[in-house]
Amino acid sequence: MSQDTSLTANVTPETQAAHPERSVAELKQIAAQVRRDIVRMVHAVNSGHPGGSLGCTDLLVALYFRVMKHNPDFQMSGAGEDLFFLSNGHLSATLYSVLARSGYFPVSELATFRKLNSRLQGHPATHEHLPGIRVASGSLGQGLSVAIGAAQAKKLNQDDRLVYVLMGDGELDEGQIWEATMYAAHKKVDNLIAFIDHNGQQIDGPTSEIMNLGSLRAKFEAFGWKVLSTNGNDLDTLLATLNEARQLTGQGQPIMVLMDTQMGFGVDFMMGSHKWHGVAPNDEQLEKALQQLSVEEASDY
Amino acid sequence: MKDFPYSELKDTRSGFGAGLHELGKSNPDVVALCADLTGSLKMDAFKKDFPERFFQVGIAEANMMGLAAGMTIGGKIPFTGTFANFSTGRVYDQIRQSIAYSGKNVKICASHAGVTLGEDGATHQILEDLGMMKMLPHMTVINPCDFNQTKAATIAIADHEGPVYLRFGRPVVPNFTPADQKFEIGKAVLLNEGADVSIFATGHLVWKAILAGKLLAEKGIDAEIINIHTIKPLDAEAILQSVRKTRCVVSAEEHQLNGGLGDSIAQLLAREEPLPLEMVGVNDSFGESGTPEQLMEKYKLNEAAIVAAVEKVLARKQK
Repeated sequence: MSQDTSLTANVTPETQAAHPERSVAELKQIAAQVRRDIVRMVHAVNSGHPGGSLGCTDLLVALYFRVMKHNPDFQMSGAGEDLFFLSNGHLSATLYSVLARSGYFPVSELATFRKLNSRLQGHPATHEHLPGIRVASGSLGQGLSVAIGAAQAKKLNQDDRLVYVLMGDGELDEGQIWEATMYAAHKKVDNLIAFIDHNGQQIDGPTSEIMNLGSLRAKFEAFGWKVLSTNGNDLDTLLATLNEARQLTGQGQPIMVLMDTQMGFGVDFMMGSHKWHGVAPNDEQLEKALQQLSVEEASDY
Repeated sequence: MKDFPYSELKDTRSGFGAGLHELGKSNPDVVALCADLTGSLKMDAFKKDFPERFFQVGIAEANMMGLAAGMTIGGKIPFTGTFANFSTGRVYDQIRQSIAYSGKNVKICASHAGVTLGEDGATHQILEDLGMMKMLPHMTVINPCDFNQTKAATIAIADHEGPVYLRFGRPVVPNFTPADQKFEIGKAVLLNEGADVSIFATGHLVWKAILAGKLLAEKGIDAEIINIHTIKPLDAEAILQSVRKTRCVVSAEEHQLNGGLGDSIAQLLAREEPLPLEMVGVNDSFGESGTPEQLMEKYKLNEAAIVAAVEKVLARKQK
C-alpha cells in the first residue's frame, strides 16, 4: 500500500544545509506533500491536530528546506547548526513530516504516528529518541524559554548559528511566555527568531472572544523585541520576511515574526474555523482533502 | 554510641554555595541560574568569579527551568537556584516536561526547605518537595545533612548525567561530616552501628537522630543510625541489611509523611521485609511562623520525637 519513495531519495545530507537554490515552486510541492502527510496521519489514528498543522506547514517547509543549516544525521547538541523548537507541540504531524522528508528518519515511520510503541508520540518527545526532537513540548508556554536557553548556550559556545521557535497565538495566554519575553530582551538574546502562529483561533473559539490578544506588535515592541509581520501561508512573502529577520539578528534584540495564518490552510472545509483544531477527517473528508492537496508526483508514505 | 565532634555550626545552603564555586573553577560547562535570591542561595562567589556563566533571571522560576533545559542542549550543566517551594511546586510542569521527560541534565538546587525556613511561615515552608520530585521518572533526589555533605553533593551531581533535585536549608547546624568525604549518590552512610532499632534520617533530621541516639543509649537502647542523603534512588540494600539485624525501624525527615523518605522505606519494607515502622515527619499539615527550633519542637521533628518513635516501635517489635 504505502511506498517509501520520499522526497529525500535524491537529497544527500550535505545538500541539506541552507538551500538558497531551492525554488519557491519546489517548496510549494514539498508543502503540498507535507500537507498530504498531515491529513493522512491524523486520519489513520482518528486523532491529532490538522488545523494548526496545515496552517504552519509553509513555515516549517521554508525553514527546513531552504533557510536553516541543519544536519539530518542528528546530534542533540546541534553545534554549528540552526535549531528549531516547536513550542505548540500539538503541531507534531507537521514537524514529523518535515523531519522525515528532510532525512532524519524514514518517511514510512510516519505511519506509526500516535500508535503504541511509536517514536512519533502525540506530542513531540525526546524520550523515544526520535531524531530531530530536542525537547518535549505539548504542555504549552515552555518552548520560548527552552529556545532562549539554547540560544544563550550557543553564545557561550561562540556558535554563530540561529535558534528558531514557533508558538501558537492561543499559547500566549500562558504567563511563562511573558517571563521569557522580558528575559530575552533584557539579555539581548539576538540570535533568536520567534514566530507567532497568528490564526486567531483557540480550542474554545476565536482568541478575540476567549482571551483578546490586543496588539501583539505593540506588546512585543514594548518588551523590547524587533517585530516583523508576514503572511505565513504565502511562501514568497514568508521567505522575504525570513530573510529580513535573519538580517536583523546580531543587533542586540530578539526578533519576533507575527505570522498571519489560516488554520487548515490548503483544505477549504478546514479553513477559517477552530473546529478542526483537534478533529481528524473521516474517509470521505480525507479523499476530498487529498484532491485539493495535489502534487505533481505524490510520494505518500 | 559513637561521638560526632564538630568545630562549627554552618548552614547547608553555604555548602551549596561553596560547592558551586568549586565547580566554577573545575568545570567550564557549569552554569548557574538564579531567580532573584543570589544572597539567600549563597551564589555570590560564583556570580563574582564567573559572571559570564551566571544568569540572573528575575522572579520568574518557570522561565528559569525552561532556560536551564535549553542550555543543556549546548552541553552546559545548569544549576538553578531558588527556594525549595519555588523550585518544585511552582514549576512542577516545567520540570516534568522540559527537564525530566526530556532527560535534561539540569541540577535543581533548592534552599530553605521545610519548617526551618522559620519566620516567613507556611507560604514558603515547603514540606511536599521530596514527594513531588521523587515521583518524576528519571529524577534523582538528594537531601544532605550538613555543610560539608552539601558541598560534596553539589560537586558530585555535576558528574551525574541527568536531572537532579538537591535540597538544603537555611539554619546553621553542626558541621560534623568529613570535609574530604566522597559523596556517592544513592549510597547510604552508616553513622552508628546498633542492634536494637534502625533509625533512617535525612537532611536536618540526621543530627537530631544523633542526639536521639545519645538519649537512647542512656536508656540502654542501642540504635543503628543511618544517613539517607539520597531519597531516590533509595539504598535498598543498606536499609534491608540494617533492618534484618534490628527488626524494627524509625524514619525521620523534615517533610510530610506522605511522599517522603518514610513513605519510600514503608514501600520497601512492605515488599521485602515487613517489619514495624514508625515515621517522624509532618503529619498532613502546613507549617507556620516561628524560630526553626520552636517549629522543630512543635511539629515533632526533634530528638524527643525520634526517641518517642523508637520507644513506640520497640514495643511493637516481636520478641
